[in-house]
Amino acid sequence: MDPIHQFEITSYLVFGHIGGAEIAFNKSALYMLISVAIIAWLMIGTTSARALVPGRLQGVAEMSYEFMASALQSTAGPEGMRFFPLVFSLFMFIATVNIIGLIPYTFAVTAQIIITVSLAMLVFLTVIVYGFWKHGLHFLKLFVPSGIPPLVLILVVPIEVLSFLSRPISHSVRLFANILAGHITLKVFAGFVTMLSAFGFLGWIGAIIPFGMTVALTALELLVAFLQAYVFAILTCIYLNDAIHPGH
Amino acid sequence: MDPAAAKLIGAGIACIGMGGAGVGVGTIFGRYLEAAIRNPSAAQGQFGNLIFGFAVTEALGIFSLLIALLLLFAL
Repeated sequence: MDPIHQFEITSYLVFGHIGGAEIAFNKSALYMLISVAIIAWLMIGTTSARALVPGRLQGVAEMSYEFMASALQSTAGPEGMRFFPLVFSLFMFIATVNIIGLIPYTFAVTAQIIITVSLAMLVFLTVIVYGFWKHGLHFLKLFVPSGIPPLVLILVVPIEVLSFLSRPISHSVRLFANILAGHITLKVFAGFVTMLSAFGFLGWIGAIIPFGMTVALTALELLVAFLQAYVFAILTCIYLNDAIHPGH
Repeated sequence: MDPAAAKLIGAGIACIGMGGAGVGVGTIFGRYLEAAIRNPSAAQGQFGNLIFGFAVTEALGIFSLLIALLLLFAL
């Protein structure tokens, strides 16, 4: 009945040890592979027919493509489209992994902080590398808002630097905490059902309330699963926009 | 104080932060509805911004819930 138990990682294939860390093919890797296979099937398999009038699955693939493309274009402009593969892969990967994690007895990959931190650091480092590569030292103009008196700049620049450096933290913890908290809440309410049903017939009647709550929460979590993938992708677009257009 | 008791009290206190997120989410949806009633034709265009603001604000409440959960289960 421990609500944390669902996040335990089991290793299937141990390859060896580096330092104290185990190198293994584990549950997390398995679910990531499954979701990559599903995405590949959805994006390649269903669109290979190239029907002029798309079927249902081709419609899903085309709609998700256009959805992300318009979101990227409206936040980062037409120059941002060169990052479309990165943004779209992030969005599809996080959305698929989140939705697979909602199926009972499966595993939520994004409820592991190491996964979300890796994704957020990937975006963060892309912004820094691309910003310096494209604009050189002009990229540092990002920290100096224009039209502000020099005396105020002493206060503003450290704040801008600090907020820039804290981006990967909030970017990763937002996704991680949402999925983790959602799954724990689901488990806690499901636990009420079994607890109440131990009291016999009256308990069975009382258990309807937490059971209905579990159903409603699952619906909410489905929304959150999609929404957090969208938010992660949109924030990636906004951060990339800073790398493409550093001047405020 | 008994450390186990302090942990439970701390988890309870951490949940106060969710109140702030509640105020924020309420403000976002309230203002959106207010504006949508004034100008219903412009409402659809701002739906993306609404959901984005909701998710970013809600995350702050989730952060405090995370602290509570860490205190209860992980630390």
